[in-house]
Amino acid sequence: MLTWMAWTWPTALVFIGIFSAMAVLIILEIKFPGGQERRGVLGLTTTRGDRLFISLLGSSYIFLLWLGLFGTPLWWPLALSIFGSAFCFWKV
Amino acid sequence: MKKQNQKAWFFVLPVLLLVAFNALIPMMTVVNYSVQETFGNNLFFWQGLDWFENILRSERFHAALGRQFLFTGLILLIEVPLGVIVALSMPRKGFWVSICLVTMALPMLIPWNVVGAMWNIFTLPDIGLVGYFMNHVVGIDYNMTQDPFAAWVTVIVMDVWHWTSLVVLLSYAGLVSIPEAYYQAAKIDGASNWAVFRHIQLPKMKSVLTIAILLRFMDSFNIYTEPFVLTGGGPGNSTTLLSIDLVKIALGQFDLGPAAAMSLIYFAITLLVSWLFYTLMTKDNTN
Repeated sequence: MLTWMAWTWPTALVFIGIFSAMAVLIILEIKFPGGQERRGVLGLTTTRGDRLFISLLGSSYIFLLWLGLFGTPLWWPLALSIFGSAFCFWKV
Repeated sequence: MKKQNQKAWFFVLPVLLLVAFNALIPMMTVVNYSVQETFGNNLFFWQGLDWFENILRSERFHAALGRQFLFTGLILLIEVPLGVIVALSMPRKGFWVSICLVTMALPMLIPWNVVGAMWNIFTLPDIGLVGYFMNHVVGIDYNMTQDPFAAWVTVIVMDVWHWTSLVVLLSYAGLVSIPEAYYQAAKIDGASNWAVFRHIQLPKMKSVLTIAILLRFMDSFNIYTEPFVLTGGGPGNSTTLLSIDLVKIALGQFDLGPAAAMSLIYFAITLLVSWLFYTLMTKDNTN
């Protein structure tokens, strides 16, 4: 049934990752409502969901820029993305 | 503890399903395509991130992206101030209000392909009204089918004609919502027209203008039909905007993998610009 979608394991894992992150956010929101809103270092008022969005968008840009400028392998941008996302959840 | 009513979720469900089927599932498929190669028959071969690397380094993509930013930048620079000026000069009450509003809304009611076809015939050098007038009455050498500059001017004028009304109508809605007392207070203080605009009208229009600019940015950044029908991306590649190039790769060459990679990069750019703009414009409101 899903053959037309041409699934591969790596892309499936990406989506499983994103949907699990969203599921975690839902659980957190039920346990601690209010979205943990705060004003971060960038002067933006963000909730947990905003921080996940910024992390994902930022990571995709880190990977795209690295791929365009230096090509593979992508270990460095992976490290940068993890660091960036951690920073985002910690400070932004 | 009071039990919460969770029925509202059922009302959101249809929208969720709709979004899933017209956005999320196709999007996931595009992601899957972007890492594979296919020659049809639903057979796919793993390709990794090669397509992304190729697209990011391709001159053709850079050129199309440059043209796209130029196009979007130009039409925003023209449509937003023009829309605000037209909205300011429209009557706020009386007989002419509805006539102005309907006239303004007319261009937006015309389907995009019809707009392209209309402007194509309108501007053809020998038989079109504008084309004939420019060449034979004014005496300017104007040929949008051969001269890239003329083609660009035509595409931009067409977009301004089609979409300035959107900015006008949204700005007008913002202007109408300003209570009369503000103007009276400004009059008592002896404020100039410019001061009234700068300190009363513009701040009151900020939120609608944000929406207008966002809509115009996204629409013009994804524009396809009108320039495709008008110029077909030509002469040469001079008006081949991103979406036209994308369709050429996806459907013309049937290179689904590279086209998918390109659409994802395209999507990332639209998403980032829209998010940045929206966040910056609404930053002060939330604090």
